[in-house]
Amino acid sequence: MRSQLPVVTALIVLAAAVGAVRGEEKPVPLKPGPGEDVVAANCNACHSLDYIRINTPFMTGKMWEAEVSKMISAFGATIEPADAKTITDYLSRNYGKPG
Amino acid sequence: MLDRRRLLLGIGAAALAGPGLLPRLAAGAGKPALTTGLPEGVYDTADLEALPGKRPLIKLSYRPPNYETPVSYFDSVFTPNDAFFVRYHLADIPETLDAAAWKIKFGGEGATAPVELGLAELKSGFERVEIAAVCQCSGNRRGLSEPHVPGIQWGLGAMGNARWRGVRLKDVLAKVGLRKEAVEIVVKGADSPVLDKTPDFVKSIPVWKALDENTLIAWEMNGEPLPHFNGFPVRLVVPGWTATYWMKHLATVEAVTKPFDGFWVKSAYRIPIGRFPVTQHFLTQMNEASEPITEMVVNSVVTAPAAGHKAKAGRPLEIRGLAWDGGYGIRHVEVSLDEGKSWREADLGQDYGRFAFRPWNFRFTPMKPGVVTVMAKASNGIGQTQAEALIFNPAGYHNNVIRPLAVTVV
Repeated sequence: MRSQLPVVTALIVLAAAVGAVRGEEKPVPLKPGPGEDVVAANCNACHSLDYIRINTPFMTGKMWEAEVSKMISAFGATIEPADAKTITDYLSRNYGKPG
Repeated sequence: MLDRRRLLLGIGAAALAGPGLLPRLAAGAGKPALTTGLPEGVYDTADLEALPGKRPLIKLSYRPPNYETPVSYFDSVFTPNDAFFVRYHLADIPETLDAAAWKIKFGGEGATAPVELGLAELKSGFERVEIAAVCQCSGNRRGLSEPHVPGIQWGLGAMGNARWRGVRLKDVLAKVGLRKEAVEIVVKGADSPVLDKTPDFVKSIPVWKALDENTLIAWEMNGEPLPHFNGFPVRLVVPGWTATYWMKHLATVEAVTKPFDGFWVKSAYRIPIGRFPVTQHFLTQMNEASEPITEMVVNSVVTAPAAGHKAKAGRPLEIRGLAWDGGYGIRHVEVSLDEGKSWREADLGQDYGRFAFRPWNFRFTPMKPGVVTVMAKASNGIGQTQAEALIFNPAGYHNNVIRPLAVTVV
């Protein structure tokens, strides 16, 4: 085993050089409900879902609608119009201004 | 023998696949001490988390990483590199970069002699300078906006002060050669968007700002190489201006003869005309309604006593803090103990230069138990003072409203 130690060390050092700088990403739970899966499927591609959770609960329905539109028009997210509506509804209901 | 080899290959594969075998700094170190006034969601979801090479910082988002510095670290005038905030716009951030192999491409239609320069050539070919300067996110304190606005809900910690060492961009551009038609310098780094259609994070600065003697290409921060998440191996440093221009992992520098039309200058990072005290305007990017954010507004923060500290009636109490602005120098910091009815002069500490944090302190003896409301107000050398009421803007930029701090006296 002693003769293998340099190899193991080299592999660990190599691993340190490659892929070691990304931080750990823990799963970000969302409130369960209709549309949650559509949100996770569409939004998680570009950013972690804590972007949603920090922007709560001050967002009105209109503000969430504007954010989803911005993702599509400014940032190039390919979201079907029906999905965009589902996402906006989910965010407004679960992460929006009460009442 | 075969089993041992397979075992080693297995370990190798696992190690290459992820950081599983590598020592990890304390992750999930607990709930951070957050300032009051943030959206409720931040208190639910922000955690103290350590990126590789960093102490636990306040994680607002994992991907792309947006982590801010707990206020306690600002009790040191120079922010430790491993506590310096981290901000990215796009999730495809580079992996470990090789400083020895790094090259910056200088060119563009506004340049006469395009050239690629590595770090060794920068270090040997140009005068080295070091400037102390505050790097602050345009949206620092956005989370404290009233009403709240969407975006990264920064508290007080999307900023830091460091001694930046490198070469002057103007010295390198002199070698590259600028045509008189050059109007802007476009800078791009090594981070990328996930989707093809997402605008890459590319910025431009006016050519006169690029030629400012304080604008640097820097490889060192507080005497050490840049941390990976703060732009290793080399970044742009634009003292006095907000951090959006301080391009990390600097890869290309292009002189252009027409105003750059990239999203992150043309549509993002803009402030309404006439609402803020700006003296340095990005003229080639102005329109009737808005202009790019440029220099920082004068501001201050209290670093001691920490929130929750119990002062003793009849004993002297020291309030400590920092002040900074867009580079005109801090003229004075005033402190009020009666909700702004009267103001007294704080003592200014060491001057590390007009772009750095200026420390200040104020001593008084609270006589009676109760709550004392401490307010600090900084003013700069050209007569600008912190706002008494928040200058609201939908993007949540330039938050420098005077902040009351309640100190309990027992």
